[in-house]
Amino acid sequence: MSLPRLVSAVSFPWLTVLGALPLAGAVLLAVLPRRTGAEAAKLVGFGVALLTLVLALIMLTRFEVGEGGFQLVEQYEWISAIGATYSLGVDGIGLTLILLTTILSPVVLLASWRDGHEGRWSVNAYVAWMLALEGLAIGVFAATDVFLFYVLFEATLIPVYFLIGGFGGPRRSYAAVKFLLFSLFGGLLMLASVIGLYVVSARAGDPSYLLTTLRELPMQEWTGRLLFLGFFVAFAIKAPMWPVHTWLPDAAAQATPGTSVLLVSVLDKVGTFGMIRFCLQLFPEASQWASPVVIALAVFSVLYGALLAVGQDDIRRLVAYTSVSHFGFIVLGIFAFTTQSGSGSTFYMFNHGLSTAALFLLTGFLVARHGSPFISDFGGVQKVAPVLAGLLLVAGLSSLSLPGLSPFVSEFLVLAGTFTTSVTAAVLATLGIVLAALYILLMYQRTMTGPLRADNERIRDLRAFEVLALAPVFLLIVGLGFYPQPMLDVINPAVATVYEQVGVSDPVPDVPVTTAEEVP
Amino acid sequence: MNDATALLTLSALLFTIGAVGVLVRRNAIVVFMCVELMLNATNLAFVTFARVNGNLDGQIAAFFVMVVAAAEVVVGLSIIVAIFRTRRSASVDDASLLKY
Amino acid sequence: MLETSAADGVLALGWLLVAVPLASAVVLLVGGRRTDPIGHILGTLAPLVSFVIGVVMFVALLGREEAERGAGQRLFTWIDVGGFSVDMGVRFDQLSALFVLLITGVGSLIHIYSIGYMAHDPNRRRFFAFLNLFVAAMLTLVLADDYLVLFLGWEGVGLASYLLIGFWQERWSAAVAAKKAFVVNRVGDLGMALGVMLMFATFGTSSFAGVAAGMPATSDLVATVLGLLLLLAAAGKSAQVPLQSWLLDAMEGPTPVSALIHAATMVTAGVYLVVRSGYVYAQSEIASTAVVIVGLVTLLVGATIGCAKDDIKKVLAGSTMSQIGYMMLAAGLGPAGYAFAIFHLLTHGFFKANMFLGAGSVMHAMDDDVDMRHYGALSRAMPVTFATFAMGYLAIIGFPGFSGFWSKDRIIEAAFADNIVVGLGALLGAGITAFYMTRLMLMTFFSQRRWEDGVKPHESPLSMTGPLVVLAALSVVGGVLILGGWIVDWLEPLTGPEPEHAFGFPAWLMTVAVTVVVIAGVGVAWALFGARPVERVPRARVSPVTRAARRDLYGDALNETVFMRPGQRLTRSLVQVDDRGIDGSVTGLAALVSGTSGQARRTQTGYVRSYALAMLAGALLVVLSLLAVTLT
Repeated sequence: MSLPRLVSAVSFPWLTVLGALPLAGAVLLAVLPRRTGAEAAKLVGFGVALLTLVLALIMLTRFEVGEGGFQLVEQYEWISAIGATYSLGVDGIGLTLILLTTILSPVVLLASWRDGHEGRWSVNAYVAWMLALEGLAIGVFAATDVFLFYVLFEATLIPVYFLIGGFGGPRRSYAAVKFLLFSLFGGLLMLASVIGLYVVSARAGDPSYLLTTLRELPMQEWTGRLLFLGFFVAFAIKAPMWPVHTWLPDAAAQATPGTSVLLVSVLDKVGTFGMIRFCLQLFPEASQWASPVVIALAVFSVLYGALLAVGQDDIRRLVAYTSVSHFGFIVLGIFAFTTQSGSGSTFYMFNHGLSTAALFLLTGFLVARHGSPFISDFGGVQKVAPVLAGLLLVAGLSSLSLPGLSPFVSEFLVLAGTFTTSVTAAVLATLGIVLAALYILLMYQRTMTGPLRADNERIRDLRAFEVLALAPVFLLIVGLGFYPQPMLDVINPAVATVYEQVGVSDPVPDVPVTTAEEVP
Repeated sequence: MNDATALLTLSALLFTIGAVGVLVRRNAIVVFMCVELMLNATNLAFVTFARVNGNLDGQIAAFFVMVVAAAEVVVGLSIIVAIFRTRRSASVDDASLLKY
Repeated sequence: MLETSAADGVLALGWLLVAVPLASAVVLLVGGRRTDPIGHILGTLAPLVSFVIGVVMFVALLGREEAERGAGQRLFTWIDVGGFSVDMGVRFDQLSALFVLLITGVGSLIHIYSIGYMAHDPNRRRFFAFLNLFVAAMLTLVLADDYLVLFLGWEGVGLASYLLIGFWQERWSAAVAAKKAFVVNRVGDLGMALGVMLMFATFGTSSFAGVAAGMPATSDLVATVLGLLLLLAAAGKSAQVPLQSWLLDAMEGPTPVSALIHAATMVTAGVYLVVRSGYVYAQSEIASTAVVIVGLVTLLVGATIGCAKDDIKKVLAGSTMSQIGYMMLAAGLGPAGYAFAIFHLLTHGFFKANMFLGAGSVMHAMDDDVDMRHYGALSRAMPVTFATFAMGYLAIIGFPGFSGFWSKDRIIEAAFADNIVVGLGALLGAGITAFYMTRLMLMTFFSQRRWEDGVKPHESPLSMTGPLVVLAALSVVGGVLILGGWIVDWLEPLTGPEPEHAFGFPAWLMTVAVTVVVIAGVGVAWALFGARPVERVPRARVSPVTRAARRDLYGDALNETVFMRPGQRLTRSLVQVDDRGIDGSVTGLAALVSGTSGQARRTQTGYVRSYALAMLAGALLVVLSLLAVTLT
């Protein structure tokens, strides 16, 4: 047996270490003796997550901004019989999502310091599964081998299944099984496509699962389309898009807030990330073939999710439905095929992660303090918990894309880009911003304002550590709202490269204005 | 009708009797004996074929069957006894716990 | 049309105008209760500092050559993706300079007033933080040099307005009104957002300079659509028909808020937008006509509502709608009206802020009672408030020599020059204005006492009367801006030259006509409310017009029946569809599978015999099939 052959020269396997660190932390927590107690487990978990974040930030400095291709590449042979390799690498898109993952993990662990005690298993297990999820998610975003991606994609189901099923509300088992079945269904369709890819590549010569190799494969029209569908359905379920979204509200309503954050803010991004990475890059022809239907579904998701959010009474289901709406925007941007909309979508993934994390955590605090998740059970909370109310309002405003907060930049880019290729879709989707104002402000009005309800008097304001946990999220939301360019500089080249491969280019303005005179 | 045909017919007859017995009788012991009858019917067939073919393969197979049958008797009878002890009955229909 | 020259020297301080109030707002909001003692001081200093900077910059701008008065400064790149690039820039030109002075000047006065007005509110610090936030956002709006940056300020003032309308959020009505204002504004913002998208798709940029440069080459269709989209935005922000309904409810906010946001500055942002986008409306007859129509209709609707209300703030709110209608109408007239729209906007900012603050002073004295039927004969009890309010009153009805006289007169004149019907409508509006304002004056300060028991009116403290005096003085002398046609000449580089009047009436005849109509309005009001006592309870049997006006001309009822009710039904049914239909089909599938397997499970009887039979059957099947294969 020979040692794994190093294909490309890499000084330090950043991505492997980054993904392995939380996984190692999870293993450590699993073997940690019970008597060390829950506090120790949380400290270890938080420490590991923080360390991962630091490592990710160091890795960021090694990333060459402005390059469109994969960087920090690692490649080893794995299962040579089917051409599967262990290959990792990131471009601006993957890096953005890895950053999101590593930022949110410590935030979630700190914010859910008081969660996980009523679970079926110990707090150790809760923290360990969280770390495992973080590590696997990093792997998913870094995988450049389709087979490796598929394995990690399915592996993420395990921690989520146990997190929902073990530590949630009264109907957690139902929610966990529902989540698992939906995901497995999609995963199996994707498996079929993965096998199909092997057949195609084996027929063309050497079997390979490398993204870079598969991109160059000649593919027959309908083969490509069918394989595309396998991937797309899996990602649409994960994203989630209408009509395969119904697992999300149940999962979000039953899981702990921390789980919901990792699930919706991080893991669901795998769906939209996969659309850019695999659907678009592997099947450019099929992507263009499917885009009218996908755009229609995305626009429908935007409006449908928003309308349902207006009609919810359970505050956590409301947040879940807002996510359905927001994912509609993301998918819309991806399939509108302009660099503005694509970059906007990628940035949207990041921003939606932040704003939804804030919403889930804050509503989680609220629900934990009062015991009821129903909006109708609250009233006038602002009086007793002004900080909680203020932060909830800011989080809500970011969800409704108020200019000056980072989601606005991404939402506007998506819409503006879409407008240049499909006016109808853009106009319909823009209606979503009115509905967004409605669902957020209705929720805020009913819970926070008005006369204080008698049974709400004992809701206490946020504790210092809770504010501390949320602070980075809010700083990013505001900071990137006013100065998003550093992130966009990371994202743009990657998105431009993707669309170049798809073979689409931005439409030219009707009346191009030569750059108005430079103002110093 | 030569010897072989007669013997094979007997074997088939015994097997059928055994099979019907397994299907219709309720007493576990009787069912068990019927199973033995079926095994021995096959043994008879094996030996007959050994004789027809003029080699020992069939006889060897018959020995294997006997060994397996002996082992089976040990396990089977002990299960029947165990069931009888707990349920005070040797009827197979009473031991229908392993169902939907 | 939009020349830009480098902003150097003091003109490079434009960013500081925004930064100071923004920093103050952040300090007060993040600092929390610790900053309670300094809240009102810091909060008032911030706009004052901005005002001083604004004045210095204005003087510097005055010192420049006319061609170089569009001082532009690029701060940093906000968004740059593919071919779409938006710079955070500051454009301090003739138009924005006037707005900066109005916002920071009137804003500072209102801040000072609020120190006294909000003295007993436990959340006074937060109030000042929100006011500062508003000032920062409003300045962003008028200093932007790109429609997307303008949109940032546009939604920023919407947010500040939301926060301030709902400031007393323990009251349901305040919370609901705040939400309504934001949502209705969002409908307008839809127009704004789509407008910017259309600009991007058409020109590849959304900067003022870029759009202005590309506009002449674009098709009429694009120009018309763009103009209508911007009009929708303007209608939302400026409470113009059909998005007018939020403004009356917005009076739930503290009175200084009504004065600053819902009278002097924010609600005029729509007029600013239309004037700023003059190059768009120059390309489209349809769009500019639509602006005129919206302005004219709102003018009359607002005035009609103002006639029927007994709530002093709602009368003023109706009046605000109506006066902004005048501005909108003027803005729709194109270069002939832009300067007058802005002129009226400024004078209206003075006298309406003055009157709102005066109304606040009255409410302060009457234990926060807003019903004018409980006022009466307050001129003795509150001499300063009365005197200052009277100045505002004379200004708004257009008493010769007062600021409103100059500004409104010119608009009516321009309206007549454009179209006789529009002119007559504007003239009629002047008469109604005189009627409802006189009614307000009489019911509040004259006639007989109708005070509630225990109410002892008293004059307000100096911090409140001081700003009133200053604003009253401005209401009187605001007209000097038009002396020698100054404001018209000042804005001309931006608005284009004023075309020659094609209308034959001499100007003096116009003035006489307006004066006659105004006197008629005052006379009717006197006959109804001055010459005979005012009832303490409004009469129930009134004309259909009055009944309609009391209910805001059924604006809310219309919204409810057309949008709210069907919307609620739609959401409710969609929730059902989602739970029963979509999720139901999935859970139904699951139930089908488990049901079927439940049936199939029944074959596992537990009887050994049945298993044996199954085995036999299986064996037979195998044998038979083998036989079948060998036989064929």
